Amino acid sequence: MKIFRSLSKRYIIFTPILLVIVVAQVETYSQLTTSGTFGAAIRLSIPILLAGLGGLYSEKTGVVNIGLEGMMIMGTWFGAWGGFTFGAWQGVFIGMLGGALFGLIHAIATVSFQVDHIVSGVAINILAAGVARFLNVIAYQDVAFASSTASPRIQGDIGKFTMPFLAGGKIGERETSNFIGSIEDLDIILISDFAGLLLGFLSNISYLTLFALALVPVSILVLWFTPLGLQMRSVGEYPAGSESLGVNVYLMKYIGVTISGALSGLAGSYLVVAGTGTYLEGQTGGRGFIGLASMLFGNYKPFGILMGSGLFGFADALQLRSPQAVHGLLIIISIFLLVLTFKSFFEKKYKASFASFIFSAAFLIWFLNSTSIPNQFVYFTPHITTLIVLSFANQRIKLPEKIGVPYKKGEIN
Amino acid sequence: MKMRFRLVSLSAPIIALTISFGLSSLILLIIGKDPYETFKIMFEYGIRGKSIVSIINRSIPLYISAIAVAVGFKMGLFNIGVEGQYLMGSLIAAYIGAQFSVITPLHILFIIIVAVTTSSLWAAIAGYLKVEKGIHEVISTIMLNYIGTGLIAYSLTTIFDEPNSNYDLPRTKELPESGKMPPLNTLFNIEDLQDLHGFLVVAVLVGIFYYWLVWKTTLGFDLRITGSNPIAAKFSGINPNKLVVIAMITSGGFAGLVGLGPLLGYFHRYTIDFPTGLGFAGIGVALLGRNHPFGMAVGALLFAFLQRSAQILDLNDVPKEIEQMMQAFILLIVVVFYEVIRRFIVKQQIKDASKRTDE
Repeated sequence: MKIFRSLSKRYIIFTPILLVIVVAQVETYSQLTTSGTFGAAIRLSIPILLAGLGGLYSEKTGVVNIGLEGMMIMGTWFGAWGGFTFGAWQGVFIGMLGGALFGLIHAIATVSFQVDHIVSGVAINILAAGVARFLNVIAYQDVAFASSTASPRIQGDIGKFTMPFLAGGKIGERETSNFIGSIEDLDIILISDFAGLLLGFLSNISYLTLFALALVPVSILVLWFTPLGLQMRSVGEYPAGSESLGVNVYLMKYIGVTISGALSGLAGSYLVVAGTGTYLEGQTGGRGFIGLASMLFGNYKPFGILMGSGLFGFADALQLRSPQAVHGLLIIISIFLLVLTFKSFFEKKYKASFASFIFSAAFLIWFLNSTSIPNQFVYFTPHITTLIVLSFANQRIKLPEKIGVPYKKGEIN
Repeated sequence: MKMRFRLVSLSAPIIALTISFGLSSLILLIIGKDPYETFKIMFEYGIRGKSIVSIINRSIPLYISAIAVAVGFKMGLFNIGVEGQYLMGSLIAAYIGAQFSVITPLHILFIIIVAVTTSSLWAAIAGYLKVEKGIHEVISTIMLNYIGTGLIAYSLTTIFDEPNSNYDLPRTKELPESGKMPPLNTLFNIEDLQDLHGFLVVAVLVGIFYYWLVWKTTLGFDLRITGSNPIAAKFSGINPNKLVVIAMITSGGFAGLVGLGPLLGYFHRYTIDFPTGLGFAGIGVALLGRNHPFGMAVGALLFAFLQRSAQILDLNDVPKEIEQMMQAFILLIVVVFYEVIRRFIVKQQIKDASKRTDE
């Protein structure tokens, strides 16, 4: 029983995933686990993942970065501008530079001037929105297909990769077999669902996506297995101590926050270059903050961030792919809450148990009395998922010791 | 604080303004416009009688929004969700307020109560999530903004849409005459200009109430002490969790008033083009005004002035978006200089103290 309890505590968050697979067996909700949905989920997870990794680099050095969203906005604008002027890959690079520039501004304010980190972050977000708007107006004054809130289309695009033999990719001009695809079409419970997941990873995947995914192990390597990473992390834990050992605290924080900006900028340019193809005002849609949430969900670990962003990306993908599938989520939430009802009941938290039960019943009634979710609700699926997930996953976070504490040379705090 | 230090801290916004004007001039030069000419046009347009009324009108919701944010700031709580809170409050107030008619003061009071209650309940969710679930209020309020926007978009087209109207965009029923707030023009003898909104009176009262609440009540004391030294606050017997929820609800209550200026003054109904963005603008004003009722009033007027006077720029072939950037510059630079000056003052105080002990 004890084992069960500790297991249930750690893995209760994964019950929804199992439920998703079960519900997906019903024809109407089959969109829940197709390769198309997973493909979209990966595409939508990447910006969140990159923002989350960005947050990681900054917060490991002890600087809270609420400005991720703003740096991401810069990434979208500069990415689109670079993409329009030079080409897709150049756009990605310029977008990163744009984000890094704003990361640098955040570093100057928080590290050199010891401004409150959240205040500076909020100011960065407001500044980025204003700057992007202004730049978009002056940059495309005589260009067709541009307005004050949208840029023209970028040139060229990032190539896509499909795994040969397993997912039907081409070698040269020759077609190969689509082994996993054929398994997905067989419609076997579980196996076909996982085949869908695999296929999502292996077919039609942008090279930029692969690059972003590669950043997860790279970040682990940099932060945990290099002297630089050790110095960066030590600065977040105990800056005065690091200083005494000869670490340049300010420099480490500058590096962390600037990398953070560059990664958020990459997240933004990904939205443009691998997504819409144009800059649109407001297209980041709070994803910088969701990235921050995925960092918290992932407990400051790159793989955790990957999981978190996958979860939020999945919610995001559903809202784009099929409102019907989101309707399927209602029954999943209802069952999940029922599970929680029992869990709380056995833990003798009767009030919480009762509340979960009421909500569970409400979702069930909603599910039974409707055939689809209104579009306006579908739009905030990722945001409400973020809140719900954080509500259940937030208790065991290990924050860097001196997170958010301004550090001034010669002062011990 | 001594008078000398007060004067020194005033220099921060002045430095920030100077630098941001410098930066903006630089940008204007880069895009090939004459900065002197541009600012002259803006200034001349901004001090016309018509503009001044417009500036005051614009500053009303900005000011109240800043106060809503400031209540949280005072205890180190970042309510970024004023945006969603005031929209939510305005919608519900517009809908319920249009259902009946009583004498004007009662009707308006009722609408105010509805808006304040709705907004503070919406804000309370973020307080609950912080206290019970440990979710940082910046994340939760931002997410709640998106959720609120979706809920509003949905309920405006279904539940709250005006019945039997041929108007193609969703909107609530118009407020009856008794629910409209009369303008102040007759009071100030300005018949030839456009309406000066009556909600100005409420804004002034809110400013005074905010001052009383934060500096003259126990709750205000608790807020301030928690903001400046959370550990000391805890030892003095303040329950931080309870205070977070109370601060969030209070902040949301102020937020409820933000949309009422436009609603009672000239919109008279909630439509799809109801003004948005006031919540975010309020954050800027609160930072600029250092959470002080008078400072924020100046900040609100300044931002309103920039907004209004930038309207003329498009006619002169200068993109009016430069104004948003100027606001953001001012904001970022001012927070930097407030910190610089704060440290300078602390240093001076230490020097003074050590001098006194030497004597």
